[in-house]
Amino acid sequence: MAEKERMELQAREKAEVRAPAEQTRSGPTFTPAVDIFETDQEITVLADMPGVKAKDLAIDLRKNTLTLAGDVESPEGAHEEEVLREYLTGKYYRQFTLSEGIDQSKIEAALKDGVLRLNLPKVQAATPRTITVKTG
Amino acid sequence: MIIRRIGGGPTWERRSPFGELERMRREMDSLSEAFTGPLFREPLAGVFPLMNVTEDPDNYYMRAELPGIKADELNISVTGTSLTIAGERAIPAENEKARYHRREREAGKFSRVTSLPSQVDTSKAEARCVDGVLTVVLPKAEVVKPKQISVKTS
Repeated sequence: MAEKERMELQAREKAEVRAPAEQTRSGPTFTPAVDIFETDQEITVLADMPGVKAKDLAIDLRKNTLTLAGDVESPEGAHEEEVLREYLTGKYYRQFTLSEGIDQSKIEAALKDGVLRLNLPKVQAATPRTITVKTG
Repeated sequence: MIIRRIGGGPTWERRSPFGELERMRREMDSLSEAFTGPLFREPLAGVFPLMNVTEDPDNYYMRAELPGIKADELNISVTGTSLTIAGERAIPAENEKARYHRREREAGKFSRVTSLPSQVDTSKAEARCVDGVLTVVLPKAEVVKPKQISVKTS
């Protein structure tokens, strides 16, 4: 980990995707970078979605498909003129298929400094149990 | 007449015809991508973080997307015509029993200097970080602000 922390961050263009469905607003759609990890109890998703406000973020889980969709309003004022543009702003969209049952009632989502943290607790039946094999 | 200042970052003299050419190039790229798929293209400066700069008659506005970075972890300094942003993005370690499916978010240090098109009033510069987007407002120095000149009638 110490090795990783000394690394310099590289500039990357945001990954743009084709709009997943019919759009009511024009503009580019980007794929947020995510970390996804699981423990025996839950699956956690961390997604970088800078510029998204909580009210513009839609998280949807149905039939094991998790959808993250976020809208970004341009922070630029109407009277500002472009001098340098290295990145574009627009929507974020990404879908995942979860292989295990999630307890819908216990999902927690928090958005802080442009990072979404989503905790998806597994349903009890999906948490692994040690199975003892009977002999005889 | 293409001027590339060495070490000074990209030239973005908006009033030169080349700013317009750059914009046209980008539009041509997106047009050709529509037919042939995405082209690999270097970001303009290739240094983290990517920046957008805009201006109005009074200020320059520099914006950069820095998700997960708190304002106090950033080191921003400005001299007459250059702006430096440095800091570190740390991703805290998670539960050590966690098993990763995806690990795309990156951590690391960064430092970038960019030159501004004209002098700014360093004493009035302000920065704020909202929802992972940094905005630095740099008021233009009085000497470079456009002045309205009224014509006297005799």
